[in-house]
Amino acid sequence: MNLLPCLAVGLKEIWAHKFRSLLTMLGIILGVSSLVAMTALVKGMENGMKENLIAMGGLDKVLLEDQQIPPYQQQYADDAVGRTINDVYALRASAPLIRLVSPEMALRGATVSYGDNSVTPSELDGVWSAALDMNLHVLQYGRFFTPLDEQRANSVCVIGTGIRDELFGSPEDLGREIVPLGRIVLINGQPFTIVGMFEHYESERERKAREWAKAHPQPKTNHGVARSRGWGRHGGWAFWRKNYTVYIPLNTMWIRFRSAAGTNNIPDPHLTDIDLKVRDLDQLETSLQQARNVLMITHHGIEDFMFQTQENNVENINAAIHNARMSGGIIAAIGLIVGGIGIMNIMLASITERVREIGIRKAIGATYADVFIQILIESVVIAVIGGLAGLGTSYGMVQALSILSPNENTPQITMPAMLIAFAFSAGVGVLAGLIPAFKAAKLDPIQALRYE
Amino acid sequence: MPLVELRGVSKIYHLGGEEIRALDDVNLDIDAGEFISIIGPSGSGKSTLMHILGCLDTPTRGTICLDGTLIHNATPRQLAAIRNRKIGFVFQFFNLLPKLNVLQNVELPMVYSGLSSRERRERALRALRMVDMENRSKHRPMQLSGGQQQRAAIARALVNDPKIIFADEPTGNLDSHTGEVILELFRKLSHEGRTIALVTHDPEIAAVTPRRIEIRDGRISKVIDPKLAGLDRQLETPASV
Repeated sequence: MNLLPCLAVGLKEIWAHKFRSLLTMLGIILGVSSLVAMTALVKGMENGMKENLIAMGGLDKVLLEDQQIPPYQQQYADDAVGRTINDVYALRASAPLIRLVSPEMALRGATVSYGDNSVTPSELDGVWSAALDMNLHVLQYGRFFTPLDEQRANSVCVIGTGIRDELFGSPEDLGREIVPLGRIVLINGQPFTIVGMFEHYESERERKAREWAKAHPQPKTNHGVARSRGWGRHGGWAFWRKNYTVYIPLNTMWIRFRSAAGTNNIPDPHLTDIDLKVRDLDQLETSLQQARNVLMITHHGIEDFMFQTQENNVENINAAIHNARMSGGIIAAIGLIVGGIGIMNIMLASITERVREIGIRKAIGATYADVFIQILIESVVIAVIGGLAGLGTSYGMVQALSILSPNENTPQITMPAMLIAFAFSAGVGVLAGLIPAFKAAKLDPIQALRYE
Repeated sequence: MPLVELRGVSKIYHLGGEEIRALDDVNLDIDAGEFISIIGPSGSGKSTLMHILGCLDTPTRGTICLDGTLIHNATPRQLAAIRNRKIGFVFQFFNLLPKLNVLQNVELPMVYSGLSSRERRERALRALRMVDMENRSKHRPMQLSGGQQQRAAIARALVNDPKIIFADEPTGNLDSHTGEVILELFRKLSHEGRTIALVTHDPEIAAVTPRRIEIRDGRISKVIDPKLAGLDRQLETPASV
């Protein structure tokens, strides 16, 4: 017996019991759609995390951080120099595997003001021009710092769009872009000229939301003073941080804000951050060993520093994704198995109803295999139709989940997830059909024909 | 050589340690083209005999040769193929599938013998024409009278051009007039050269066949055979007497 008539019989059987078949399929539909939706949700999370990772400077960025002096070097604690500009020069001179070294000196809790408006930047850093490449900033307007700015400690600054929005108004509110180049703002009371502005950084979801809002203008409601609502509503923390950055030349930072401060009138020469980028990510270990060798000289052999690579972050992200996928996948798989049990149950009921039919089919020449395949195909057809319907439903489910779920990453339905879910549903159909098919196939035709 | 040849066939069931001989050492030949009836009261073993002849069951002992093939120890798969190609069944309760229409019911045996859908259709229509049911081919069994259902069932039995047709109480579920019509149809088919075995408990129905075999307690108790009485020539050519 070829497969086509079997398929027709299966479909007819399903059609003859529409409601029963629908209920049976529901288990598979829900199982498949929850599997796909769950994967989509995790994929959205993954996308968000990766986006954040890149917003923070990309994979090849390595942070040089302070570390507790190891116990066997405790006696040298007073000689520990910490991270200074000497490290930067030494790395630039002697570590060819390090492509980029970016020193940063931060001023915490600074206030930037213009007229009546003021804002506290997420970070106010004195940097070299290397910071542009290091933190993957894109300068949209104006210029970045020149060697002359650095040398003469010019009072210039480059700002993110968030700072612009707070001090001069955002394009969303004003309806036009403001480029405040040449304006003079006060940083902790000292005048600085804005010479450049970064582009607006945003996550994929934020961009879509903004474009949607643009395409569907809402009547503006005015509820008192507009105020900053933090980064929670604006998408990722990493993007918020980037948009609220103010950079000034490193030397300016040192002369204007650091040299006069510090305990006992001794200014603090330590850098807040030294960020590195390696030339070749494949040679990360070697590159870091080279940097370590250089730094061991500048630090007089005292290991008061460590490297923090993004690989750790990537590993963490991957672990988190893996866990989310596993737990969600197992729950969805249990859903599918429950659906499969539903199919098995209904198939068993169905063959009990059809003992006589099976007897007739056997009497006129159906073999064991014919009956087995017929019942198996009916079960698989239910599962496959359920699986296809589930794929359709998963789209709606993803929409529902993206409204309900607290994280701000758009769920993304992936092709492999759909294929796996569909294959799984078909597999469940086969497994669920095996026992009923076996029971039906081994019916004795004489007994079956007598069955009332 | 006869079409069907049974030699020393026994069927023994064990029920609670007790041995029940449903068939006990039965010898029987059926020639091609014969119209034969198997008579016996219920419990006599005639159904068992028909099941064994119809390849639905295998004997405990003895040999069966159908159309030159020994089938008493065939595998279930081989038996299914024999039932499909060489045997046609007509049942008391018609046993049409209620979800299929008449044409599909008649096509069903050919589905299992793997014919193309066009050939299936052609042959099914031809078989329906033989039983004069062509105009009912799109009806469901439930929409037909008992006699029509039985004719559709006969068409199904004929469709694979079997060597032998077994009819198990084919008139048992019909009123006497319709039963007559069905018996007439069998007689017509017999005249066309088909081998038909009628299984019944009713001697009146069995009377339509030239040869009658009576089963009692699992044994052939009586054979009425016009050949043995020298009557066959007379039956075939009554004008010569």
